[in-house]
Amino acid sequence: MIQEPRTTPEVGGMGHSMKRKEDGRFIRGKGNYVDDIVLPDMLYMDIVRTPYPHAKILNIDTSRALATPGVLAVITGRDLEKYNLHMMPTLMSDTQMVLPTDRVVYQSQEVAAVIATSRYAAADGVAAVDVDYEPLPPVVDPYKAIEPGATLVRPDRKDTNHIWHWEAGNKDATEQVFRDADLTVSEHIYIPRIHVASIETCGCVASYDKAREQLTVYMTTQAPHAVRTVVALVAGHVGLSEERIRIISPDIGGGFGGKVPVYPGYVVAIAVSFLLGKPIKWIEDRMENLQADSFARDYHIDAELALKKDGTITGLRVKTLADHGCADAAANPSKFPAGLYSIVTGSYDIGAAHVAVDAAYTTKPPGGVAYRCSFRVTEAVHAIERLADIAAHELKMDPAEFRLKNFIKPEQFPYKSATGWTYDSGNYKAALELAMQKINYAELRREQLEKRARGELMGIGISSFTEIVGAGPSHTFDILGLKMFDSAEIRIHPTGKAIARFGTKSQGQGHETTYAQIVAEELGIPAAHVQVEEGDTDTAPYGLGTYASRSTPVAGAAGAMAARKIRDKARKIAAYLLEASEEDLEWTPGKFTVRGSPDRSKTIQEIAFAAYTNHPQGMEAGLEAVSYYDPPNLTFPFGSYICVVDIDKGTGDVKVRRFVAVDDCGNIINPMIVDGQIHGGLAQGLAPALFEEIQYDENGNIQGGSFMDYLLPTAMETPNWELGKTVTPSPHHPLGAKGVGESATVGAPPAIANAVVDALWHLGVRHVDIPITPFKVWKILREKGVSE
Amino acid sequence: MSTHNITVTVNGQTHSAEVESRLLLVHFIRENLRLTGTHIGCDTSHCGACTVIVDGRPVKSCTMFAVQADGRAVRTVEGLEVAGALHPVQAGFKEEHGLQCGYCTPGMMMTATALLESNTSPTEAEIRQAISGNLCRCTGYTNIVKAIQHAAATIRATKTETPARGVAPAGKSAATA
Amino acid sequence: MIPARFDYVAPSTLDDAVTLLREHGGEAKVLSGGQSLIPMLKLRLAAPTVLVDITRIDGLEYIEERDGALRIGALAREADLEQSPIVRDRYPLLYDTARVIADPIVRNSATICGNVAHGDPGNDHPATMIALDASFVLHGPNGTRTVAARDFFVGLFTTVLEPDEILTEVVIPTPPPRSGGAYLKLERKVGDFATAAVAVQVTLDGNGNCQRVGIGLTNVGPTPIHVTSAEAFLQDKPVDTATIAEAASLAASAAEPVADRRGSEDYKRDVIRVLTSRALTLAGRRARGETSNRGS
Repeated sequence: MIQEPRTTPEVGGMGHSMKRKEDGRFIRGKGNYVDDIVLPDMLYMDIVRTPYPHAKILNIDTSRALATPGVLAVITGRDLEKYNLHMMPTLMSDTQMVLPTDRVVYQSQEVAAVIATSRYAAADGVAAVDVDYEPLPPVVDPYKAIEPGATLVRPDRKDTNHIWHWEAGNKDATEQVFRDADLTVSEHIYIPRIHVASIETCGCVASYDKAREQLTVYMTTQAPHAVRTVVALVAGHVGLSEERIRIISPDIGGGFGGKVPVYPGYVVAIAVSFLLGKPIKWIEDRMENLQADSFARDYHIDAELALKKDGTITGLRVKTLADHGCADAAANPSKFPAGLYSIVTGSYDIGAAHVAVDAAYTTKPPGGVAYRCSFRVTEAVHAIERLADIAAHELKMDPAEFRLKNFIKPEQFPYKSATGWTYDSGNYKAALELAMQKINYAELRREQLEKRARGELMGIGISSFTEIVGAGPSHTFDILGLKMFDSAEIRIHPTGKAIARFGTKSQGQGHETTYAQIVAEELGIPAAHVQVEEGDTDTAPYGLGTYASRSTPVAGAAGAMAARKIRDKARKIAAYLLEASEEDLEWTPGKFTVRGSPDRSKTIQEIAFAAYTNHPQGMEAGLEAVSYYDPPNLTFPFGSYICVVDIDKGTGDVKVRRFVAVDDCGNIINPMIVDGQIHGGLAQGLAPALFEEIQYDENGNIQGGSFMDYLLPTAMETPNWELGKTVTPSPHHPLGAKGVGESATVGAPPAIANAVVDALWHLGVRHVDIPITPFKVWKILREKGVSE
Repeated sequence: MSTHNITVTVNGQTHSAEVESRLLLVHFIRENLRLTGTHIGCDTSHCGACTVIVDGRPVKSCTMFAVQADGRAVRTVEGLEVAGALHPVQAGFKEEHGLQCGYCTPGMMMTATALLESNTSPTEAEIRQAISGNLCRCTGYTNIVKAIQHAAATIRATKTETPARGVAPAGKSAATA
Repeated sequence: MIPARFDYVAPSTLDDAVTLLREHGGEAKVLSGGQSLIPMLKLRLAAPTVLVDITRIDGLEYIEERDGALRIGALAREADLEQSPIVRDRYPLLYDTARVIADPIVRNSATICGNVAHGDPGNDHPATMIALDASFVLHGPNGTRTVAARDFFVGLFTTVLEPDEILTEVVIPTPPPRSGGAYLKLERKVGDFATAAVAVQVTLDGNGNCQRVGIGLTNVGPTPIHVTSAEAFLQDKPVDTATIAEAASLAASAAEPVADRRGSEDYKRDVIRVLTSRALTLAGRRARGETSNRGS
């Protein structure tokens, strides 16, 4: 049940679809994105990139470039090596080249940087740098990469291309369950490499002020504090000490995880600015962004279900090979090199499960997890939801019935999964039944039978996903040792307005509004009066940033806790002002009232004013609080999506006719913003399901390195999204909220894949890997003797 | 002649400058004129973040040279608001949550503005068609369609009102830049 | 995404433009809509030393019917075709084609003559011009000459247009009564080049048989493909399910597709077969007045 808001629309606490406070500047074209920033004496940097996926660098000739008008310098790896800045750590404690000194290991890798007086001169300089390479064999297939005798991608690091092995669950118990199973269903599922492709690419303006010995970097980063600390650790030896580093995330044009990693371009810009004492602007163009920045997915999955013949799932076994490119530069919590992939038991009550993942180096860009995936939950949910559908079809059970039979039941929460997660709350049956009702499921199945009799191909696909977000409790989670708390600092001004700063960083999720609404909820101060700031490491409290849907669960909780500390102090001040005892005061949003005397009350505004003008003796003046929130658990949003597709037998084209998405993210702060997050996530689920793929040919050349071939859906390919909600609050979150930013990217692709396979099952088709292109479908149809 | 003197009217103001022939219009707007509301999102003319209106028609300003705009009238997002009154398209985007990160928004709004100047009652299909040259990664397009429908309704309502006391109804922007 | 340097001239007459092209040999390129050329310059795939901008020349924006033909001037934009009532009502093949070129914003700038002159087999108008048996007026230093569309495209990015010539007009014979046309394009998304596309223009005689048919294919060869085999087959025959199926097979055989991310050769051939069948069916219905020129 979606509860009624406790505050009025004027206050705008939880539940109000308040219009966004940040929109004013964006609709006027007055956003402040990195490329909008211009500093006096600013220089421009552009990057020379290699066409070879694997090669020795024989020589870099910079003479023509240095003779190009406007070009001031060309920086190579040898220049950085003098300062030991040619290598940097990755977030997974691997290392990565900033600029190479002897070898390149992916196509479009950064090879040299040109510094010039204008953007155009820098581009001319790049075109004039001549590099001689001696090509080496590319390493493209991750299976071959881990075979003995394979060309080594990282001889500097290991004498094998096998990076790590990781397991979760109980291997022996799972083997037993599989031995005892009535039947097993297995499938090989490949989820290919994709790229977030936010409309704004990555970039920075790095500005070292020699007089003040201070470095300021405006940067497209989702995690400014972590970047500051990493820069201090990496570059401390040249004099960049943490108190002298300021990272500012201005407005960011979409992140989706792609703006978490530290890219070589940032580091070179910082190094050059430090050496020259001038601001350096580096903005990558789209092809650089697609070809060199951190990717997502690239999981080769072998998954099996063990079942009883009545359709009860008894076990799950998953083996996976992860292609990490040339460095493990994923942004995962350190104990979880495969992220939260072991959520792969999904929404089902599975007694035994075992997950094993191996990672391989290949000559491709480093990475990855960057694409709205909640740390590999997209991969996990795709695997289990595809398997569930295959199992249902093999057993000739309706896929909805199969799911309803196997769902974890509401009374089982908190639920301990076979891979060790404790799900906080859920009601999977309610979500699926609502989705079925909204789409008129029974009628669709009737229509499907009629169409099938006429030879028309129509499919219905379900995805009932459980998400796992809000990383995370300090006993288990850290990134490079930094615990994954998050923070809020709230200060109330004398006139009862407020400023609230957080350790996260919105890239479009609407924190300036939703965080204000949290303060409004807890203190009754109108959200319109709460100024929210993020992203400036000089002023924001330390946080781990925004990704993996962690802002509401962690920083939002910190905001609530800080507001409650303020309320506690406000109670004391109110008691003093009202000459009552604290226990006799009742709180309603925005004021304390003496129990039984409704005319004796003080508003939060009056209390705030008193905090500066009439505070009790013995108490500090002011009204503010800081909270660093260590979540006791992750949160588990969930949902059920149902998709209807129609397939063109002649061309293989797949059209999504309808898509119903029922989401449950616990208590909702701003329904309008939550719906917007779901719409966007659904589109970024549709895209990998039908359109997006980055491939490498056998020579290591990227296919899909520009928008000509990396296909982002337009408004024409995107259906109208139909949404529904159930509300199952998180029992441990101060606001009962769970986070929702990535639910739809997680849940949508299997709904679409399941719909396509459902349309084709009667022809003998069990599985199709995404992206499900018209060509793939046509091939299947022709193999099965179907054509127009 | 690698450089040229050009005169371009932008949002009603005339600007003269000497520019390289290869200077892209989007860079002229963003860097010479410091109007940074028009954005760059790709290098193959697909994304539409750079969309402005030139002589009444939406154009991808990354696929045009500033010299081609000599003597022409350009409208950018900064010209939508007039005398402190938001254009109905801007109001529609705010009311219907038609933006999230805001990066595709100026280009999207310029396309929408031009659409509504030629058709005040577009169907949903016509709206989706009209914005099919503008990519968005955040919104999934549903609310963008609603935003444009909201703006269309405002414009239609304004057109049927009689202007009071000679003041142009809110939302009727200056005819052209 | 920054082009190399070039010189730029914007002449005010065609003759001046042609003179400039002649002066600079193959180093000059014509700039009109720029929607094909400018992306190439930004990727530094082309580096002309001079751009000759013809958009300041008066009198080239027309779309008009005159002397039994539709004439489209060098500076008529794709969006103008979409908005022209003449084109919408009487040249359905042309209208269908204009609507699927790139995206609506690009179409505000892109010109029909530029789309034709560029020589890219992925462009949509060439196949349509072949189906319509259109001709092109080429303006050069020695005056003008007219070349049939069917003779214009000779190789990959190669046409008979000389470096010092400008394509100034497309001439499309006005179809007689009982004519219909259709352009069907399979694209992965709006803005993509065709996986494969088919242009059909048909005229039926008094008995409902095929009096004349033109069939062109997009992006399944180094040039647009003129399917003379299917045209010959359909001549004087009824346009029905059986003949359409055969014609579609012939079109598939005539295609010379190259495998790429859109699909294999076999896939593209089969898409040609399917789209030819559908386009012939639709063109036939339009010719018989069974559906409007904008209907299906």
